[in-house]
Amino acid sequence: MMEYLQILGQEIYKIIFVLVPILVSVAMIVWLDRRVWGLVQKRRGPNVVGPFGLFQTLADALKYIFKEIIIPASANKTVFILAPIVTMTLALVAWAVIPMSQNLVLADINVGILYLFAVSSLGVYGIIMGGWASNSKYPFLGAIRSAAQMVSYEVSIGIIIINVLLCVGSLNLNDIVLAQKELWYVIPLFPMFVIFFISALAETNRPPFDLPEAEAELVAGYQTEYSGMMYAMFWLGEYANILLMCAMGSILFLGGWLPIMDIYPLNIIPAPLWMIIKILFLFLLFALIKAIVPRYRYDQLMRLGWKIFLPFSLVYLVLTASFLFYFDKLPKVNI
Amino acid sequence: MIVHSIFFYFFSVIAIFSSLMVITSRSTINSVFFLILDFISVGCLFIMVGAEFLGMILLIVYVGAVAVLFLFVVMMLNVAEQKQSWFIGKKSTHIPTGLIVSVLILLELLVVVGGWKYKKDVMSSSTLVLSDISNTHQLGLVMYTDYILYFQLAGVVLLLAMIGAILLTFRERVGVKKQSYINQISRGPLTSIELKEVESFKGVKIDD
Repeated sequence: MMEYLQILGQEIYKIIFVLVPILVSVAMIVWLDRRVWGLVQKRRGPNVVGPFGLFQTLADALKYIFKEIIIPASANKTVFILAPIVTMTLALVAWAVIPMSQNLVLADINVGILYLFAVSSLGVYGIIMGGWASNSKYPFLGAIRSAAQMVSYEVSIGIIIINVLLCVGSLNLNDIVLAQKELWYVIPLFPMFVIFFISALAETNRPPFDLPEAEAELVAGYQTEYSGMMYAMFWLGEYANILLMCAMGSILFLGGWLPIMDIYPLNIIPAPLWMIIKILFLFLLFALIKAIVPRYRYDQLMRLGWKIFLPFSLVYLVLTASFLFYFDKLPKVNI
Repeated sequence: MIVHSIFFYFFSVIAIFSSLMVITSRSTINSVFFLILDFISVGCLFIMVGAEFLGMILLIVYVGAVAVLFLFVVMMLNVAEQKQSWFIGKKSTHIPTGLIVSVLILLELLVVVGGWKYKKDVMSSSTLVLSDISNTHQLGLVMYTDYILYFQLAGVVLLLAMIGAILLTFRERVGVKKQSYINQISRGPLTSIELKEVESFKGVKIDD
């Protein structure tokens, strides 16, 4: 029994080692997001609390903690409380399989990419639950919009993942990274990378696809009735999801923890640092896009997802498969 | 081994409890949430027996897509009202249909399990080699060789169901303004701008 407890203790230690950096980096990333947003629009952004305003998010979080949590009288209490918890848990749970280097991963499972895909497709529940349980019109409309949007874009993300998996021949995330040792998939699969990036924007409800929380139409979408810590949890889950999408993009297309080239000054930089650089690069693109593009109309959003991305990625899948088959480059299974 | 069985009983108790709650709970929304919990714990059981691919697919397809649709239907339609009418004794035509369908499903399950029990080589396959390759690979090797016909047929059946659903709900609406991207992009100053001499006190008719 002692043995099991020891293993349990070790695992909890490891989990804390994954969770704390993610929570801290979520706080930092929110600051970065607002800062980039401000700089693009020739504003300063948060710059008062701490050096360069670095502690702004911590101050915000502190404020949320001390605010009163208001539960609407006609809300379904259980589901209302459950919704932010579901959102945040799902956003954090997905980090278990993200490899920061060959060995630095909490769970090196065989079906890592499927796990990521499953967890990100569950993310829609937090939103539907929150919108429905609030028992109010705007949150419900926001939740329905957001659910339809997330389900639509998940389809094209799934097909893009299949594209990459065809080239790799394994569902393990470390194998996916190692398969890109010669060539990052962003080069042969560049159109897929672009579509993945745009779908990731839609999947995380970021501008230009932030229809669920379009202020002018729906107040704040599904989070309208939330306050205090519960709102903060939604918001934390949202940003953890954005980071997760960036990590997924860098693993699938940018070679994960691999250096750009395996030459002297580049390969002494430790692997986790490369991973962080790539995640930050993708996040910077996310932040820039938030600042420079106007919001899509809902029918345009649906058209883009179903009529353009889905057929295009399907055709590209057939192309990739034919190319690999014709040049005999399909990954082999050792039996 | 003890830990393994603790986990097994944990997930199976949750699975059984939530499946009972699905059919007994009064609120339909709660039923759907318990259904989701049921799917998740069955997925965990799949993973525990080493079928990680099936477990993940269960999560993606059933929890990530099908249950979302259920939730939508339950939230949009007033299912609860109809369910209440059963308890206060109104006659319902759904119960006999439901009974017939469930008896049919039971018979089908019996046939499947029976065939599996009495014909040992039902599950055998020429390409299935038990080795240490991951079960995702094994599944792929079997599904795309021996069972490719059934696999493709299942796909065609699903496609048919989708086309049928679209056909049933499709209605052509007249008088709806539609944005045509090709027209928008292809029009230039020559085709869209017209100069008109406006006579004073007469005006001009535009947009005809």
